[in-house]
Amino acid sequence: MKDFKMVPVPKLARLSDMPMGSSCLSFHITEGNAGWRVFRPVIHLDKCVGCHRCYLVCPDGAIHKEADGTFVVDYNFCKGCGVCAYECKPKAITMEKEDQYV
Amino acid sequence: MSNHQTTFLNGNEAIAYGAKLCRPEVIAAYPITPQTKAVEKLSQFVQDGELDTVYMHVESEHSALSACIGASAVGARTFTATSSQGLLYMLECLPYAAGARLPIVMMNANRAVATPWNIYGDQMDAFYALNSGWIQIFVESGQEALDMVIQSYKIAEDPRVMAPVMLNIDGFVMTHTYESVQLPNQDLVDGFLPSFNPVAHMMQDDQPMSMCISAGNHHNQEFKVRQHLDLEASMAVIESVGQEFADAFGRSYGGVLESYRAEDAEIILITLGSVTGTARCVVDQLRDSGKRVGLVKLRVIRPFPTAQLASAVKGARVVGVFEKDLSFGYEGSLYTNVNSALMQQGVFIKSINFVGGLGGRDVSQADLFEVFEKLENADATLAAGAVHYTQMRCEP
Repeated sequence: MKDFKMVPVPKLARLSDMPMGSSCLSFHITEGNAGWRVFRPVIHLDKCVGCHRCYLVCPDGAIHKEADGTFVVDYNFCKGCGVCAYECKPKAITMEKEDQYV
Repeated sequence: MSNHQTTFLNGNEAIAYGAKLCRPEVIAAYPITPQTKAVEKLSQFVQDGELDTVYMHVESEHSALSACIGASAVGARTFTATSSQGLLYMLECLPYAAGARLPIVMMNANRAVATPWNIYGDQMDAFYALNSGWIQIFVESGQEALDMVIQSYKIAEDPRVMAPVMLNIDGFVMTHTYESVQLPNQDLVDGFLPSFNPVAHMMQDDQPMSMCISAGNHHNQEFKVRQHLDLEASMAVIESVGQEFADAFGRSYGGVLESYRAEDAEIILITLGSVTGTARCVVDQLRDSGKRVGLVKLRVIRPFPTAQLASAVKGARVVGVFEKDLSFGYEGSLYTNVNSALMQQGVFIKSINFVGGLGGRDVSQADLFEVFEKLENADATLAAGAVHYTQMRCEP
């Protein structure tokens, strides 16, 4: 599984090292929470038109745009809600039973 | 004063003028008695082109504060106003604003909480929000209300503070009472309060962020403890902003609390909000008859001015805490806070709780004369720790 932790968790030696408030760069201080997923979204790049819709509607910011313009899901954070697949107009995202990936 | 204009305003209007002078970029508010006139006035300013702001019409208080949170998260100066049930309806959003360290300023017109349903003033609503991470300020006059809107932005937006401010003003007694109010010129306010620039923890186009992240058991406690320590440290900023304001505008309110004839007083009454004005008159009359009485007006209760309060009352024989608030099953919450502060500071004096003025019951000079009389006889007739209810229609 691809590791998307783009911002390293800082060394938190003192409270002043904590971010000011609870808005911060993605992956600043977060913990994986994929354990409750039953279905996972799978992006079929042959059908994807790059409209950013999934990227925008994902409630957890778990869809990323790669340098080459393709979209990938961070399965460490995707909770499997299926909003991306529901909203995808060209049906480039399918929800697939998680157990086949175990 | 050439840099001020004398006006005749009620408390709601004073707040509205204060907010206008601070040039908020977004106002989102839902009208509720007794705050309605404040938001009406602000929307009128926008309609008339006197105030360049985005006025968002929302369907509830929950949405009003949520809209302010969104706007503040990208660095907009925001204002909202509420009261009583409206405050309780938006309560879920209060810790979001505080936890995200957003410098929102909100007027709260203190009003009774249902049931029985009641639109009149008491201070129970504010106490529901005491633990929400907001700075809580109480004012005594329309002038102080206007001045504290301006100071509230300066406090909230200080990089050391970054906390929302709730400005409490007694419903009806202040919101609907007209007074002579000195309206500062826009230039004077602009000089004191420059426009707000988004800071590092706010989103900008080139810096997208996760907003209001989750933090599990590995990090959540550190977020909360830092927020608490920063709110405690905001006390010094509140005091220095008050001093700066006095230098620029010529009006001072004495810091986080004001001692009135309390320096050599044997008996001190601690007050919150508009009842302070009545208490001043009573103290003056009792002083004229030779009684050594005084009062301490608490202006800020979050952060709680522990050391300042202890220092202000330490010479007294007995202190009374008068509040329009009651925590069912215990006592007035202000009393709990006062006692804890005095205990922490090693000031062991008798303290008595007086709860009254609930549901808008008028607190008269006669009521406060009675309070001082009870305090004078405290050793003989009143047990410390017991709650005493003023102005009761029947025996408890």
